[in-house]
Amino acid sequence: MKVAIVGMGSVGRGVVEMIAKKRLGLTVTGIADSKSGIINAGGIDLHDVLEKKHKTGSCGDKKISANEVIKKADFDALVEVTPTNATTGEPGLSYIKMAIGRKKHVVTSNKGPIALAYRDLKKRAEKNGVVLRHEATVGGAIPIFHMIEHGLAGNEILAIFGVLNGTCNFILTRMSDEGLTYEQALLEARQMGYAEADPTYDVQGIDAAIKLVILANTIWGNGVTLNDVNRTGIDLLTPDALRLAEDEDSTIRLIAEAIPKKGILRVSPRIIEKSHPLVVEGTLNAITLETDMAKEITLIGKGAGSIETASAIIGDLLFIRDRYVERA
Amino acid sequence: MKLEMKDAPGQLVAALKPISEVGGNIIAVIHQRDPGSDDDTLSVQIVLELHEGRLGDLVTLLKKQGVHIQRIGEERLLYQRTVILIGHLMHTDLSDTVDRIDSTGFAEVSELSMSMPAINERSSSRLTIKSVTKDDMEMAISILRSVASEKGLLLIEPLEEIV
Repeated sequence: MKVAIVGMGSVGRGVVEMIAKKRLGLTVTGIADSKSGIINAGGIDLHDVLEKKHKTGSCGDKKISANEVIKKADFDALVEVTPTNATTGEPGLSYIKMAIGRKKHVVTSNKGPIALAYRDLKKRAEKNGVVLRHEATVGGAIPIFHMIEHGLAGNEILAIFGVLNGTCNFILTRMSDEGLTYEQALLEARQMGYAEADPTYDVQGIDAAIKLVILANTIWGNGVTLNDVNRTGIDLLTPDALRLAEDEDSTIRLIAEAIPKKGILRVSPRIIEKSHPLVVEGTLNAITLETDMAKEITLIGKGAGSIETASAIIGDLLFIRDRYVERA
Repeated sequence: MKLEMKDAPGQLVAALKPISEVGGNIIAVIHQRDPGSDDDTLSVQIVLELHEGRLGDLVTLLKKQGVHIQRIGEERLLYQRTVILIGHLMHTDLSDTVDRIDSTGFAEVSELSMSMPAINERSSSRLTIKSVTKDDMEMAISILRSVASEKGLLLIEPLEEIV
């Protein structure tokens, strides 16, 4: 199967590296970053591209844009891994529409377009006979959507509970284990590269809320948006509060929760027993589903990272290849 | 509940042990020799507090110990939830906050732990709330939610997973 990739940040490079390293039967015919692009119908030499990107910061020819790669390259599926913009979804949203318009399958890790326009994008894809997959948008390497669609096929999903933001979970783990203040734990998260210079998006629960919106829309198709999420962050937590929870063999974690039957869609710090499967350490993510037949199922895994996220993208690509492209 | 066991050394302890094993809290043990009963058995009444749903486990454990349960009395389910409040708790009249729950008549704050790091810094407190029914508990939590938002406090609720 032929693949084009737009976005050469940490995730894009992870995907290219893994396609180059593993014999997956994927040929990359187009790659673009924010400044340049490369098209080669016969298959791009991925090692060259990685080296060029590393040395010059660009992956290809400055005269070739991402638009051109999507419009002109010969591929079956587009890997859209540009940075997330939660307000406009751009540039990813336009790239996805463009590829679907050309009747190409799309695999994305980009939360912006999926949180803002999932229903519209899905309709467009269906109309054009292609699929849009976004496993990498929630829970990093955790194959949550594959599990819901296939492993749990036929189940009614009654509720979702998730630890969906590794930065918050790291901060809370450190506050709980070492008695650090929120400010100290945040500083540590920054030094470890887990938190951005502006941590608002993570610590106020916005990132977790976006992922909750994506989960809810994918599972129930209910069209909820970020504004529908009742959201409280972790930035006002005190070490004393964690200690008070600890006295009762509990701790505090930022939990994203969706229970449609009760109208609950919420991200908030919660008291949770330490023995609960959602209490994971450090930057890990965890998702518990409650279903009618399987009852409770929890998945735990790496919520971020270049290769970990590439795992989710490659899973989607190979699913598309086996199901749609090389089946006929 | 009223229990019947062999009147031999160690039997009462054997009957009480399962209660602690299921996390129960013994409130009273009434142990009265019934003049009419035969000498081999001992009848004991126990008043205890137990988490929801643990009664079945207790009955099984007691049976294993060879204890006969004559009667299980009135079950008064005690719902219990722990929440944490963070903020300027004293300046926003903590006793009023507690009273808003206590004055409902169906729920009460049964325990309060507090830490106050320094004047003008936000303090943290843990409140244990008890109620008789689950609906009462939900009502109490929702009252607390509105009190917290009115007083600018951060309320941390426990994660419940009952769908």
